[in-house]
Amino acid sequence: MMTGQNAASSQRPWGTSRPAFDVHKVRGDFPILAQRVYGKPLVYLDNAASAQKPQAVIDRVSRFYAEEYSNIHRGLHYLSERATEAYEGVRTTVRGFLNAREEREIVFVRGTTEAINLVAQSYGRVALRPGDEIVISAMEHHSNIVPWQIVCEERGAVLRVVPINDAGEILLEAYERLLGPRTKLVAVAHVSNALGTINPVKDIVALAHARDVPVLVDGAQAAPHLAVDVQDLDCDFYAFSGHKLYGPTGVGVLYGKAERLEAMPPYQGGGDMISSVTFEKTIYNQIPFKFEAGTPDIAGVVGLGAALDYLNGIGVEVAATHEDELLAYATERITALPKVRIIGTARQKASVLSFVVDGVHPHDIGTILDREGVAIRAGHHCAQPVMDRFGVPATARASFAFYNTKEDVDALVAGVTRVLEVFS
Amino acid sequence: MNPELRDLYQEVIVDHSKRPRNFRKLDGARSAEGFNPLCGDKVTVYVSLEDGVLKEVTFQGSGCAISTASASVMTEVLKGKSVADAERIFETFHSLVTKGPQPSAELGKLAVFAGVREFPSRVKCAVLAWHTLRAALGGEQQPVSTE
Repeated sequence: MMTGQNAASSQRPWGTSRPAFDVHKVRGDFPILAQRVYGKPLVYLDNAASAQKPQAVIDRVSRFYAEEYSNIHRGLHYLSERATEAYEGVRTTVRGFLNAREEREIVFVRGTTEAINLVAQSYGRVALRPGDEIVISAMEHHSNIVPWQIVCEERGAVLRVVPINDAGEILLEAYERLLGPRTKLVAVAHVSNALGTINPVKDIVALAHARDVPVLVDGAQAAPHLAVDVQDLDCDFYAFSGHKLYGPTGVGVLYGKAERLEAMPPYQGGGDMISSVTFEKTIYNQIPFKFEAGTPDIAGVVGLGAALDYLNGIGVEVAATHEDELLAYATERITALPKVRIIGTARQKASVLSFVVDGVHPHDIGTILDREGVAIRAGHHCAQPVMDRFGVPATARASFAFYNTKEDVDALVAGVTRVLEVFS
Repeated sequence: MNPELRDLYQEVIVDHSKRPRNFRKLDGARSAEGFNPLCGDKVTVYVSLEDGVLKEVTFQGSGCAISTASASVMTEVLKGKSVADAERIFETFHSLVTKGPQPSAELGKLAVFAGVREFPSRVKCAVLAWHTLRAALGGEQQPVSTE
């Protein structure tokens, strides 16, 4: 287990080189991976839905409750000071992880979904007039579609959708044409959860900024696999979830440029988000606290900090290199099978291998693989418009984390071969 | 192969899923739509009634092997049965896929679905067409959802 996590992250800047990556050693850090299911070794390839937790995260949450727990920001006693220090320390860790300018640009939320809803409701309430437009892409997760539909309906605004090509790549020229005088925000996934496409977010942001349009990036699928630098991307908002990043469920992050967050009204009212309350007038707290009403998932935030420290110990790029090798190997082996077609063949991809088998429904693939010990996702991946775009009701999706091995890919391929036998 | 899997994907089920019987629209018949939002299974069941007898049952849609085979076998089993019989057979089928074979039940062709019981997440697939048929008989206007 790592110790002195905050110290570790400040001593070793994000993105510097580390010792050679040993996948078998790393697997030992994840107790759940040692188990067998249906008498077979567990092959966990559903990381895009949620990633497993290293012992360091489990221990950190446990130790926090056993030794340091109290409510935060009520700092009159010893435990409250310790808990607040732990919680606010993670804000510093997240700032480093995203390379944000300041800690106050980091808002803790329940997850990516809540982060997007926060921006839709808070920014949307002040920015949107009837006839204004929000631009999203055709590959968005439902959580980057529905919050915009809700606010568009409330404000009389219009949702515009950037088309994608048959490989699952955003058509940048069509995107540029959609940007107009009524465009008030662009919201786009950094990495598509259903296709694996890495979107050219930096270009998307530059084109929007040329017209003074802010950009929200849904980083749920990207944060575990790419080194994210919000200053380099220059995005106005960036959202990610802890649970896909080897951290606890129920916690996530909204990054927002300070001037953007300051101009926005609160999302929820309650404790901690105020400076003073009378029945006549309430003065809101400073950012980020203005957006953190009520007691947050304190232990979840602390666990997220441990997950980021753990990931930093490995190195996001080191993890990504290993994952890219697995994705390339899996793509090659799956493509070699008869009747199998990959959905999402973008030139730039991360972690996700979505596929269909001719004449076999993905749910049957999922059930057969499950009994072989291989956990994948089968369904529409909360991206029904993507399924419609590719004319399939659903796909089977294997998604890789740095703790997966080539043997895991071999088990996947053996399972799909079994599927072909059953439906031969 | 895992024995439960072999029981689930029996030859009859795979055959009906690949070559569904009575897979067509029935003009002028009662119909209802069913959805399984989790899987994306969609089915429309058509039924023509004459003197309280299911003269013809057909279906269309897309779904997994279990839901397609279940719909296909259902259309065969129920043809010529009374509405009361159809209801009784549905009860029998439902307990088969949720609790396993009951001693008194006459299963006939439906027995191939006994393996579904070992896969709780697939019970919804197996019963989708049946719930949809019930809605068609009851004149339901709202699509049936298994969620």
